[in-house]
Amino acid sequence: MNPLWIVAHREFTTRVRKRSFLIMTILGPVFFGLLLVVPALLTQIPEGSKKLLVVDHSFLLTGERGVEGASFQFLEPTDSALSQGKAILQSNSEWDGLLYLPSTENGDPDIILRSGKLFATTDLSLALEESIESLLEQKAYEQKLRLAGVDPSIVKQSESFANITTVEFGEKGREQASATGLKMALGLAGGFFVYIFVFLYATQIMRGVIEEKTSRIVEVIISSVKPFQLMLGKIIGIAGVGFLQFFIWVGLSGVLYVVLSSTLLSGTLDPSPVESLQTQAGQSHAVGLEVITAMQSIDFPLILSAFLFYFIGGYLLYGALFAAVGSAVDAEADTQQFMLPLTLPLILSIIVATKVMESPGSPLSFWFSIIPFTSPVVMMIRLPFGVPAWELALSMSLLVLGFLGTTWIAARVYRIGILLYGKKLTYKELWKWIRSSQ
Amino acid sequence: MIQAVHISKHFSGHTALNDVSLHIPKGSLYGLLGPNGAGKTTFLRILNQIIEPDSGHVLFDGRPLQRKDIAHIGYLPEERGLYKKMAVGEQALYLARLKGLTRAEAKNRLKYWFEKLEIDGWWDKRVEELSKGMAQKIQFVTTVLHQPDVLIFDEPFSGFDPIAAQQIRNEMLALHQAGTTILFSTHRMESVEEMCTHIALINQSRKVLDGSVGDIIRSHRTHTYRITYRTSHDGPMPPEAFSPFVVLSDESLPLGAWQPGRIAHVQLPKEAGLNALLPSLILNAEVLSAEEIVPSMNTIFIQTVQG
Repeated sequence: MNPLWIVAHREFTTRVRKRSFLIMTILGPVFFGLLLVVPALLTQIPEGSKKLLVVDHSFLLTGERGVEGASFQFLEPTDSALSQGKAILQSNSEWDGLLYLPSTENGDPDIILRSGKLFATTDLSLALEESIESLLEQKAYEQKLRLAGVDPSIVKQSESFANITTVEFGEKGREQASATGLKMALGLAGGFFVYIFVFLYATQIMRGVIEEKTSRIVEVIISSVKPFQLMLGKIIGIAGVGFLQFFIWVGLSGVLYVVLSSTLLSGTLDPSPVESLQTQAGQSHAVGLEVITAMQSIDFPLILSAFLFYFIGGYLLYGALFAAVGSAVDAEADTQQFMLPLTLPLILSIIVATKVMESPGSPLSFWFSIIPFTSPVVMMIRLPFGVPAWELALSMSLLVLGFLGTTWIAARVYRIGILLYGKKLTYKELWKWIRSSQ
Repeated sequence: MIQAVHISKHFSGHTALNDVSLHIPKGSLYGLLGPNGAGKTTFLRILNQIIEPDSGHVLFDGRPLQRKDIAHIGYLPEERGLYKKMAVGEQALYLARLKGLTRAEAKNRLKYWFEKLEIDGWWDKRVEELSKGMAQKIQFVTTVLHQPDVLIFDEPFSGFDPIAAQQIRNEMLALHQAGTTILFSTHRMESVEEMCTHIALINQSRKVLDGSVGDIIRSHRTHTYRITYRTSHDGPMPPEAFSPFVVLSDESLPLGAWQPGRIAHVQLPKEAGLNALLPSLILNAEVLSAEEIVPSMNTIFIQTVQG
């Protein structure tokens, strides 16, 4: 048997048999499941309603009973109402705050809003503050209309909402309903998973290399196999672990999700992050039907195969470099100086994720999805929005070239690094290794 | 068996090996001696094809060394270890398979060795549960398991307590008896000459001396003899009694000696033997002992390097 496969086989079996693999494999989907469900559940938990005293000299809030998360109790707006209210607030813990709006001579709402105050005895949430503010703004707006002699109800009637369905007019003239929200969710999930997996498993390669170096077995092994075979075998073996874990996770996550959403959340809410994202994207109407039609517009086989490709490509690209770092140091603590420049592009691609989602066709999106160090994550984000075939082909071929290149560089560092003990390395020396023939 | 021809190797900033040629004969027990940093490990790594020489080449059994020859070589590096978390048996199997043994073959041979070394209870133990000495036994087994024609040990005695070092030495001698060619390096030159058939001295990346131990010692002998004797008057022997041999020194035995007497160092002409001296000595004194001072490897090394 080719020693490469013997090495890969060992890397695979020793990891898969570890208890930590079993635990991670079981806890992974639980974790992901919770990641999907918990935020949805949390937003559903109603915050205890606050009670606010209101001293309103301006009569701006007359007739209002409260806002979401707080109810109002008006005090007679006498001259001493403010000090009375403050006294109540101090003596009675039943009240959470006091909203004070002064009167103005000409009733200018802007001045009222500017000099209004909210005295709080407990922490009032930002959301509550905001809803009070928007209520005031609304009231001031109506007041201004009235001052200008316009009936607010007429203004209200003349408002209308537009909800245009974006239709992708494809090359073949096929009209497809587009659902930006769904695409964003899909792109983000794809990019994020590539990021997590590349990080997770590339780090495992590095740990493995360091383990071989610190346990001093590496020279024994490379007297039987070439250093490159050992490195590649490790990369392949750990990739196998990654795939196995990934497929188990996907399966279990699916099962768990179905179980959770059908039992825990039956009917009360739909925790799907897809929908919550869609809500954010401003498409709260007729979500169900649109999702289904939008789903049909997305090329799932393409995205799935691209996911596998970009995961493997990104993993190989970074894995080789991580292996080189592992070989160049004596202990994991020494990896910091080399890890930062390596992980920077990966982190950067997550940072630009929102920008890419906002405009998938921008130059930023284009370049980040072409350059091999960021393309695995960024291309996954772009993909659901549709990417020209030539861009995808360019990105993929560059990624292949990229990992061939990093593997070549890594192999040169690796074969020298693994035999070197107790030496603090500099970039200058690394560069020498890369250039030297042996 | 192995012939290194004009091997040179440079690392950034220094020369590890400078035009080193060595011939390691089949069946020899070859000691590669030299101080730390002389280039021994680099040389052994080149033989194991872990690194390549900048210039020069290695012949294995008369033809250029090839990748497949690793199956005929067993190597125990100076920096040696095992996967700590892996079970002993599985690990030994893994290393054996990397050397080209099939699983079944490896299992059979391991069984034999584990029984021989009385370690068959360790198969499922993890390496981290073993003592250092136990781990070294496993390393030794995995090095010899594929029955290599050539065994290469880098500093095999370093890190061992004296008893374990003796065990390793005995195993090496046994393998040598069985016909295996053994090459090992050490920076401790004492006590090596009596176990090696051949040695080479490497100093500052150059080979300074090599050959069979007998030849080397013969070529470095000074024909100096140490003779202890006692005259009837407890004084020195008349100088003419040693004639025509050169007397280098003649002193009383130290006070702590268990019997009174004197000790003389004399140098004999190259063609003469001890027998030529003894008759006149016996006439003048009681000879307590007489022996040639054979230069130690250490002495030869220092002489060679300094001279």
